[in-house]
Amino acid sequence: MCVDCGCSGPPEMSGPQKTASVSLLQNLHQQNQNLAAHNREHFRSAGTLVLNLMSSPGAGKTALLEATLRTLQKTCRCAVLEGDLETELDAQRIRALNIPVIQITTGSACHLDAQLVHKALHGLDLAEIDILFIENVGNLVCPASFDLGQHLNIVLLSVTEGDDKPAKYPVMFRTADLLVISKLDLLPYVGDFRVDRAENFLRTLASRAPVISLSARSGAGLDEWLVWVHTQKAESSVNKDMTVEHGGAG
Amino acid sequence: MHELSLCRSLLRQILEVAEQHRALAVTLVRLRMGPLSGVEAELLKTAFPLAAAGTIAESAELDLTATCVEVYCENCWKNCRAGPNQLCCARCGSCVTQLVSGDELILDSVELTLDQPSALQNP
Ligand SMILES: Nc1nc2c(ncn2[C@@H]2O[C@H](COP(=O)(O)OP(=O)(O)OP(=O)(O)O)[C@@H](O)[C@H]2O)c(=O)[nH]1
Ligand SMILES: [Mg+2]
Ligand SMILES: [Zn+2]
Ligand SMILES: [Zn+2]
Repeated sequence: MCVDCGCSGPPEMSGPQKTASVSLLQNLHQQNQNLAAHNREHFRSAGTLVLNLMSSPGAGKTALLEATLRTLQKTCRCAVLEGDLETELDAQRIRALNIPVIQITTGSACHLDAQLVHKALHGLDLAEIDILFIENVGNLVCPASFDLGQHLNIVLLSVTEGDDKPAKYPVMFRTADLLVISKLDLLPYVGDFRVDRAENFLRTLASRAPVISLSARSGAGLDEWLVWVHTQKAESSVNKDMTVEHGGAG
Repeated sequence: MHELSLCRSLLRQILEVAEQHRALAVTLVRLRMGPLSGVEAELLKTAFPLAAAGTIAESAELDLTATCVEVYCENCWKNCRAGPNQLCCARCGSCVTQLVSGDELILDSVELTLDQPSALQNP
């Protein structure tokens, strides 16, 4: 026995041996996609619209949620899943608004996956929630590859990050159903960020996602964003065959 | 970096097949991946031995084939080579295109060392 030196003896193979080549053609994300479909079924049967927010760290996801929920909670029952590597800080910010929130700490994983979301769902009563926001881990790479069962992806790009990011992170920006240009109040200080250039890079990815520029700080553009959210909610209620809207939306 | 967690699910899939065939070892794993799969080939190669350590796949070779980015242009009604951040039609310039290849991440096949020749007949 020499476990430590690594000099394993001759392979303990005896008798007749054969090799076989087995063709599989399996998608490596299959397991996550199955779970995501399961989550989506939960959301469908509860009539909950689920929006997944993704961006680089600090692009303003939590700030946008805070600004949004202050208004939205008057007309909609909202809840939030907060994904973070560490800390409960973002969840505390949302909880301060009296919104149901579940913190998912991923530890070393740089993204949420369908299983983490599924586990977190047990802490929420989906039937009582019209819109569930998921704040993904701040990261422009990994979260793009993991379906959570959400209905729509919102990707934030803050003006301090540069307008070329859609070209540099095509995998992420291709997933966007809506591109939000955030921290618009900082545009004059940054100087060289051009919204039209960012949009052109997005179009080059064959994306037809709308683009909304806003500032969670000044409130500019928030109305347009809220209209978009309401429209998605209305459309999801129509498309969701036979599921009756819950009465408490007022 | 999610390549390690991806390798774990890859390994689950491989070991399941190996078990079905009562294999003694997995010698080769063939993967096909596109530039838009969100996975870094080099990271995957580094992560695989870590995930496979102590299993019958630990000395398996990882064979990665990179696929090309290709789109279907709804204007030309034809497929067209494209780039990861240039997904419009190179022929007519239209951005009304569908990705037909480039985002795949597929476990193509595995090669196994079998215990008995007869095990082959029972996939
Ligand atoms: N000037 C300005 N600052 C903003 C705006 N939105 C967010 N910030 C600031 O940007 C910093 C990061 O904002 P967060 O909302 O925490 O960003 P995040 O995307 O949730 O960050 P992570 O969850 O850590 O990835 C904070 O200091 C915010 O106050 C904005 O519209 N304008
Ligand atoms: Mg945050
Ligand atoms: Zn990841
Ligand atoms: Zn064309």
